Amino acid sequence: MTPALRTEGLGKAFTLHLQGGVRIPVLGDVDLAVHPGECVALWGPSGAGKSTLMRCLYGNYGAGAGRILLRHRGTDLDLASASPQQVIEARRETLGYVSQFLRVIPRVATRDIVAEPLVTRGVPRDEAQARATELLHRLNLPERLHGLPPATFSGGEQQRVNLARGFAPGYPVLLLDEPTASLDAANRAVVIGLIREAKAQGAAIIGIFHDTEVREAVADRLYDVLPHQDAA
Amino acid sequence: MTADLPQTSGRTPLLNAEGLTLRFGAIPALVDVAIDISAGEVLAIVGESGSGKTTLLRVLSGMMAPDAGTVRWLGDDLHAMGEAARRRLMRTDWGFVHQNPRDGLRLNVSAGGNVGERLMAVGARHYGRIREEAIAWLQRVEVDAARIDDLPRTFSGGMQQRLQIARTLVTRPRLVFMDEPTGGLDVSVQARLLDLIRGLSRELGLAVLIVTHDIAAARLLADRMLVMRRGEVVEHGLTDRVLDDPQHPYTQLLVSSVLAA
Ligand SMILES: Nc1ncnc2c1ncn2[C@@H]1O[C@H](COP(=O)(O)OP(=O)(O)OP(=O)(O)O)[C@@H](O)[C@H]1O
Ligand SMILES: Nc1ncnc2c1ncn2[C@@H]1O[C@H](COP(=O)(O)OP(=O)(O)OP(=O)(O)O)[C@@H](O)[C@H]1O
Ligand SMILES: [Mg+2]
Ligand SMILES: [Mg+2]
Repeated sequence: MTPALRTEGLGKAFTLHLQGGVRIPVLGDVDLAVHPGECVALWGPSGAGKSTLMRCLYGNYGAGAGRILLRHRGTDLDLASASPQQVIEARRETLGYVSQFLRVIPRVATRDIVAEPLVTRGVPRDEAQARATELLHRLNLPERLHGLPPATFSGGEQQRVNLARGFAPGYPVLLLDEPTASLDAANRAVVIGLIREAKAQGAAIIGIFHDTEVREAVADRLYDVLPHQDAA
Repeated sequence: MTADLPQTSGRTPLLNAEGLTLRFGAIPALVDVAIDISAGEVLAIVGESGSGKTTLLRVLSGMMAPDAGTVRWLGDDLHAMGEAARRRLMRTDWGFVHQNPRDGLRLNVSAGGNVGERLMAVGARHYGRIREEAIAWLQRVEVDAARIDDLPRTFSGGMQQRLQIARTLVTRPRLVFMDEPTGGLDVSVQARLLDLIRGLSRELGLAVLIVTHDIAAARLLADRMLVMRRGEVVEHGLTDRVLDDPQHPYTQLLVSSVLAA
């Protein structure tokens, strides 16, 4: 089977021009492949580059070397060399990302924030909102909050809005950066259920899970992200 | 489900420009600038004061001729098409939201008239419908509809700016040039306008070229970002990548000087 996402010799370094041009190599020669229906957990010490790898996979950080091949519209799209428009198209249709923090336009209602990625994919607004409402309920977000903007929500509530938004469209490839970091046990269990369902529907998932229970419940294998000096 | 969405890869831009160069005496206002924008895209232009952002919008919209370089609208050379054709574009396919609302409004015409006359300029004749449409747009930009017959002169700066935006968008242009459109507005109204602009872009395919100092707003609104310094484009690309993984020393400085954009 063709991987849904794979990297070939992916490398990434940062050059800090404001600090005298010091160069920080973070990733070297990363070869990672994830297949449909599979969940791979990134593993490694703090600062090893797990989030950096994730951001490269989303096109949020530019790749310094190598290729990032995403199955998109039936072919491989190299995100490392894709145009901004191609990355936006891939994010709309194929590639989802749930970050640790929610970042949204103020004053937009929670239900609309969650429905937005569906609407952008061409789903009728009322259908998208129904799906949003269903997911928000499932993540135990009280109905009275659905019509409010999330700016005043607690950290855990915002994270659940973020999760609902990430899971709503059913992306073929989903990136999760510590999706349960600020959740209680009941909501962690809901997220485990969502991840398992997405896998059963054929999604390829790459996650960073600091929570052992969650990791063991969803990950099929670990991928070691080594601090750069240890890399081969 | 996604089959009938517009194809983003490889589509032709609405507007594109290359090699734009313009000097004011010793000041290089534009240095070999290239830019393009397609339907449904929001492109943000950021950079320090005096870096050439307003000049770039003026050249792209045909208000000012460059010393060198070309601007094309749907493939046609803008500066070769003549004043009448450009004025027609300004009335129909384009909108321009000026940094100073007084440059974009007619101060001796009522608020409703300011919005309605743009509709009339593109052929609307039914008075009742024009007024209805004007009221709808005033509400969308959060100007109290009860003030429809007041002169913009009696409005606050922020209200004037919102009125200018309503006047510009009412004819559903294909491309809107915006120069600091939310500069003088309070944060909450800014947010509403940004959401409105983004909604129009997503739903109607409106293309927006927006100059802004507000990096946080640009992040939420723009698909792509272009960073200018001393007339040059020093960096351009996907908005979140330019902001989170800036390559040019100037962009790194710009990003490091805003709090959690
Ligand atoms: N935008 C950036 N600019 C400069 N350096 C960065 C940037 N992003 C990450 N880094 C550096 O890359 C290294 C890896 O960071 P990263 O956040 O990927 O680690 P991590 O494995 O996710 O750690 P943790 O488990 O603590 O979240 C760190 O040294 C970090 O400072
Ligand atoms: N008509 C003009 N005559 C002479 N110099 C001009 C003219 N218009 C602009 N300039 C100069 O060209 C440079 C670029 O100006 P521009 O208005 O494009 O800057 P900007 O990036 O929009 O700045 P700001 O963020 O302050 O609005 C400035 O140095 C300005 O003084
Ligand atoms: Mg991390
Ligand atoms: Mg200006």
